[in-house]
Amino acid sequence: MLIPHPLLGLRDAQEFTYLGDASLIDRPEGSDEAALADYVYLRDNPAGLHRELWFHEQGDRSWLVVTRNTLTHEIVSAELARDVALARKEGVA
Amino acid sequence: MKFSGFRVFAEAMRGHKGWRPLWRDPEPQPGYDVVIVGGGGHGLATAFYLAEVHGIRRVAVLEKGWLGSGNIGRNTTIIRSNYLLPGNQPFYEFSMKLWEGLEQAINFNAMVSQRGILNLFHSDGQRDAYRRRGNAMHLSGADAELLDQDGVRRMYPWLNFDNARFPIKGGLLQRRAGTARHDGVAWGYARAADQRGVDLIQNCEVTGFRIENGTVRGVETSRGYIAAGKVGVAVAGSSSRVMAQAGMRLPIESHVLQAFVSEGLKPAIDGVITFGAGHFYVSQSDKGGLVFGGDIDGYNSYAQRGNLPVVEDVLEGGMALMPRIGRARLLRSWGGVMDMSMDGSPIIDRTPVEGLYLNAGWCYGGFKATPASGFAFAHLLATGQSHPTAKAYRLDRFARGHVIDEKGVGARPNLH
Amino acid sequence: MTRLTGGLIDRSQSLSFTFDGTRYTGHPGDTLASALLANGVRLVGRSFKYHRPRGIVAAGSEEPNAMVTLREGARAEPNTRATMAELFDGLSARSQNHVGPLSFDMLAVNDLLSPFFAAGFYYKTFMWPRAFWEKLYEPAIRRAAGLGALSEQADPDAYDRGFLHCDLLIIGAGAAGLTAALTAGRAGARVVLADEDFRLGGRLMAESDLLDHAPATQWIASVEAELRALPNVRILPRTTVFGAYDHGIYGAVERVADHLPTPGTLVRQTLWRITAKRAVLAAGATERHIPFADNDRPGVMLAGAMRAYANRWATAPGTKGPVAIFTNNDDGHRTAVDLMAKGVPIAAVIDARARSEAQGDYRVIAGGMVTGTRGRLGLRSIAVQHSGGSESLSVGALGVSGGWNPNVHLASHHRGRPVWDEARLAFLPGQGGPGGLIAAGACAGQGSTVDALADGHRAAVQALADLGLTAPALALPHAHPRAENTAPIWHVPGKRRAWVDFQNDVTVKDIALAHQENMRPVEHLKRWTTLGMATDQGKTANVTALAVMAELTGKSIPQTGTTIFRPPYTGVSLGVLGGGDTGTNFRPRRLTPTHTWAKAQGAVFVEVGPWMRAQYFVRPGETYWRQSVDREVLAVRSGVGLCDVTTLGKIDVQGADAGLFLDRVYANAMASLKVGMVRYGLMLREDGTLYDDGTCARLAEDHYVVTTTTANAGPVYAQMEFARQCLWPDLDVQLISTTDAWAQIAVAGPKARALLERVVDGFDLSNEAFPFMACAPLTVCGGTRARLFRISFSGELAYELAVPARYGNALMARLMELGADLGATPYGTEALGVMRIEKGHAAGAELTGQTTAQMLGLGKMVSKKKDAIGAVMSRRGGLGDDSRRLVGLVPLDASHTVTPGAHLFTAGAHPSMDSDQGWVTSAAYSPHVGSSIGLAFLERGDERMGEVITAANPLQGQSVAVKVVSAHFVDPEGGRLRA
Repeated sequence: MLIPHPLLGLRDAQEFTYLGDASLIDRPEGSDEAALADYVYLRDNPAGLHRELWFHEQGDRSWLVVTRNTLTHEIVSAELARDVALARKEGVA
Repeated sequence: MKFSGFRVFAEAMRGHKGWRPLWRDPEPQPGYDVVIVGGGGHGLATAFYLAEVHGIRRVAVLEKGWLGSGNIGRNTTIIRSNYLLPGNQPFYEFSMKLWEGLEQAINFNAMVSQRGILNLFHSDGQRDAYRRRGNAMHLSGADAELLDQDGVRRMYPWLNFDNARFPIKGGLLQRRAGTARHDGVAWGYARAADQRGVDLIQNCEVTGFRIENGTVRGVETSRGYIAAGKVGVAVAGSSSRVMAQAGMRLPIESHVLQAFVSEGLKPAIDGVITFGAGHFYVSQSDKGGLVFGGDIDGYNSYAQRGNLPVVEDVLEGGMALMPRIGRARLLRSWGGVMDMSMDGSPIIDRTPVEGLYLNAGWCYGGFKATPASGFAFAHLLATGQSHPTAKAYRLDRFARGHVIDEKGVGARPNLH
Repeated sequence: MTRLTGGLIDRSQSLSFTFDGTRYTGHPGDTLASALLANGVRLVGRSFKYHRPRGIVAAGSEEPNAMVTLREGARAEPNTRATMAELFDGLSARSQNHVGPLSFDMLAVNDLLSPFFAAGFYYKTFMWPRAFWEKLYEPAIRRAAGLGALSEQADPDAYDRGFLHCDLLIIGAGAAGLTAALTAGRAGARVVLADEDFRLGGRLMAESDLLDHAPATQWIASVEAELRALPNVRILPRTTVFGAYDHGIYGAVERVADHLPTPGTLVRQTLWRITAKRAVLAAGATERHIPFADNDRPGVMLAGAMRAYANRWATAPGTKGPVAIFTNNDDGHRTAVDLMAKGVPIAAVIDARARSEAQGDYRVIAGGMVTGTRGRLGLRSIAVQHSGGSESLSVGALGVSGGWNPNVHLASHHRGRPVWDEARLAFLPGQGGPGGLIAAGACAGQGSTVDALADGHRAAVQALADLGLTAPALALPHAHPRAENTAPIWHVPGKRRAWVDFQNDVTVKDIALAHQENMRPVEHLKRWTTLGMATDQGKTANVTALAVMAELTGKSIPQTGTTIFRPPYTGVSLGVLGGGDTGTNFRPRRLTPTHTWAKAQGAVFVEVGPWMRAQYFVRPGETYWRQSVDREVLAVRSGVGLCDVTTLGKIDVQGADAGLFLDRVYANAMASLKVGMVRYGLMLREDGTLYDDGTCARLAEDHYVVTTTTANAGPVYAQMEFARQCLWPDLDVQLISTTDAWAQIAVAGPKARALLERVVDGFDLSNEAFPFMACAPLTVCGGTRARLFRISFSGELAYELAVPARYGNALMARLMELGADLGATPYGTEALGVMRIEKGHAAGAELTGQTTAQMLGLGKMVSKKKDAIGAVMSRRGGLGDDSRRLVGLVPLDASHTVTPGAHLFTAGAHPSMDSDQGWVTSAAYSPHVGSSIGLAFLERGDERMGEVITAANPLQGQSVAVKVVSAHFVDPEGGRLRA
């Protein structure tokens, strides 16, 4: 697979390590055990578009949010996870 | 019709005119006591044990494609009971015992072949971990032997001992482990279930659950509504998709695992061998193909196909361990969708919806579990109680902190 | 040797080769198959199940029968298709799968027993008695199964891998591939043109048709010359594109040296990963046969292959008599015409179609069917049925043409289903193919030369347009238009066996039996009968089998099913897929900064993940590893020892919010750490389980240095970056991994301070100025930048001194030199391990990823005052209720050994899963204690000090009585650390 890194262009997916669903960005604040358990363990696991986290470990060490179709592996977009996370925080604030 | 050597002989003498369909193709009835969603190995085995052990015969197995088209039809056929943790080991040992009597139970030769599995280790730390595991196996009544390098050399003198980046230090051997003919397992259970009155309904996709007041009443399918007293879901890689129709999110990600088979070769590898310093395991089928695999690709996928880096990674391991296979050729590769759970262990449990039961999360290890999974799921469906060997496979274990994490990597499905 | 006129063989040179020990000759340009045919060899192998005599059927990679073991010794290569083996001088090949001579195979008895071996028979028997399966039945089946044998020696050849990037990958260099390449090449696109053959031209080389009124070879040569002159075109002959992967990546294997007697200095094969913006699939088509009774005898071939052998290889197909053709289309007649032109006598063309006209001076039997054959080891005659009755024709060979199947394989590698074209009676590439892949020519149903030439150009124009390039005009050569007019005649009904899949011995009867037994879905059919599972992957069989099943079910072919294909297109050697990274090159080695020095000191190295670390240092006179390790341990505990600990992960954390950030990453507090001090830290996974431990040093207000375990250096860094970028992007903090930047040397032992004082540049090492857990940047050895940490893994007065990695080796040498009078001793990972067990420090064996802070007795370190990764989840019931605790163990009898991996039981309890109380994690011989000691996780271990329990190792038949003690065997009060 090739991942369209927003800064570096198309990079081989072998340069990256995979974490999983981008919902892991939305870590619940506070000490609600049930909310954290859902956050840690439950996944939508969609068959179709999936927003997911990839780490450019053998590259610029940025975390990306890649939107990829799990049925076809087609990649629709890739964003810097930091930008996504900052936008979420602003949305919350 | 009973299968036997005599029957094969008799049919040969009369031009095979007497062979009957292995199973019927019935039209779905309006309702059943139990509907099993998923005609793969686990679903078919569940139906068989419901009928055989519990006498529940108004059972339908609904399969969206053809019987055995899931992971039972695309795996590397290994059976073993070499687990570490108390939540797992007794269950898999129970499964091994069912394998050992399977052919007689279902009157079908699934070619269960106990030629042994050897897990190699390459460091003192790995050896100690395997010793702990081998002892756990002994404690559950399974067999295990710890081999040193010489012991491994006696079994497989042609492994790469002398020119290795990670020299072989020894291995954990389970002689009762081995392989079974994966399709044969599906067909054998299917035929035996059909003979006991179970309706096997192919080309019947479940499109929704009818749930009233928190209780499941039946399933909507591509062939119409089917009422059910209880519904058991055993759909492996499709678990999240199917259970979403009942409003549930699961501790599961679907990942692709590739597997490979070489061209047919005269006997070269007797048992199953796993490399401890890379992702490679191999056995040789009765037809002569080297059947091998490695790690999952590592990203969510329903595509039933993987990519080249893993192919290369697997064969790097293969060539590092057994340089004599270099001139054999890869004949086929395929990808299966694995229901990777958050702790690498399965779920056989009731769900918050009354009457709806789930069998899922088998990761890449579902094949060896087929008999026990079917047995335990049937037990749960019939009695409402977890089977004694499957008590740990609860859906709420994640929230409660009772995970069964053999690899110790946490909620990272792609690392299990 | 009899040769026809013409052909693409070099008659000026002769090549000598052997088959089953008999010497033959051929010419450059020959394949093993063409040379065998030219030498009149018809019998080349035996079928898989019935051991039927078999000859060459095809002329390309679809060959089902002619599998040989090529070469001798360690280079022996089983299951090689004779049709793909390029002839070289000295080639040797052996036939396979027979007992006794090929012409008298003892296992041919299987053929007589074939009624018992019907499809799926083995699922129905061999079940009684149970024990006989592994002992008797299965070994016999295994011995009989398989085809060729491995050499049982290590593959002696080298392999390589390479990466190519292009605008357009063209797969296949036949008519369509060549016009596509020419179009794209002239447009300036970066083109890779790959073909599995050793010559360009594809099917054009097999035909007699003229291009621009001249032999096609002239046009091929001119195109090849132009392509070779273009710097933007790369031609890869002998290269099979075997798989289409995601995002335009294709896997290909170049057989670099398989046509040479030995590779010499070359690699044998190269694995190419080709990243292409667009691809043209011009893979051609494969002829199918028409099953009829006993259609598998040597001498029965595909008609198109027969034509190829005559035209390209100047080889007559039948030396024992005239040739007959059995066809359901016009293409079969073309073979008759070409053979006649070469002087080969034609007995008849049996055309299954009711209307058929001769295209030359030969007999046509319209509406005829071949209903049987005779000839034990090779075809002698065929039985023909036609409107006028039946007759027997004496023939030396029979060409069969049942139409052509487009080679759609790569187009369905992404699970896109081929679609049935009723007009062409063929599956064509369907939707859902690999993105950017355009099928052209015969594999897209455009199989005539005229159509293929045009279609290749069309496909290239389309691809170029996608890429924003303009295609130049291309004058296509003039070719003779032809039509195929295939009739839907799929097999000849009859009572005898008619083979569909030659190699795996699947007959029409087997398909009928599968139907009878309700194994009707195409996948059941394949798996029940093994249809298409042989080394040829059913290339000549699958569609025909579908048609037979369709006939039985009364459904159409597309209703009956399609088959989709998966990689590889043809068999790929396992060696090349490994890419040559074998033996000790399997993985790279990471060497520590002091590796050179350690090697010179007699270090024995051990693999620690990717690292090679000094395990222990052998001194003269030491013959057993324990001697060295015990000496090193005692030297540290009594004097001073030196150990390279560079492999531990190091992460620099800088920024105004560094402390706040670390407070969230570590379970314990780090923001409160004073500048110049170090704190032991625990990191949890978000699920509350212990992830990693290490030290955290604060060098400045906004600057921390975190250390991790060796194994987790990468993962912890990734996790911290995740926390920084994804969880708390608003914090002012930056991270960088400095594991490789700093060499770090542990200086441990009561004389550590004395030694260090000799290298530091005026730095006060006194206990008051630099106490336990202090840290500081400083200089050593006269101005070398360094960092000093007063931390201890061994339990002794100890420091870790870091210098830029390039000075590590020199620093170690300097410390040893300056410490000679102090008894400075290098120690390796074994001694390190012994001392950490003596001190009760957790390491990899304890940090299994299943361990909690509580289990280490460190539950209180998980702060409740702040939110940190994993803190909340660590308090869940299942974790909190876990009462296993880290303890020390000593054997009751000091001569006994504590064994890691042993399980723990209350004394006297029967060992079982239910009575299991824990396990021994680590153990070592302790020179300090004078016996074996161990660390263990034990139920309620903290409450059981002094209890005698059983450490059972039933795996190895051992059971040892051990006493539960504190895990701190050495200096439990910590006085030495603070000395």
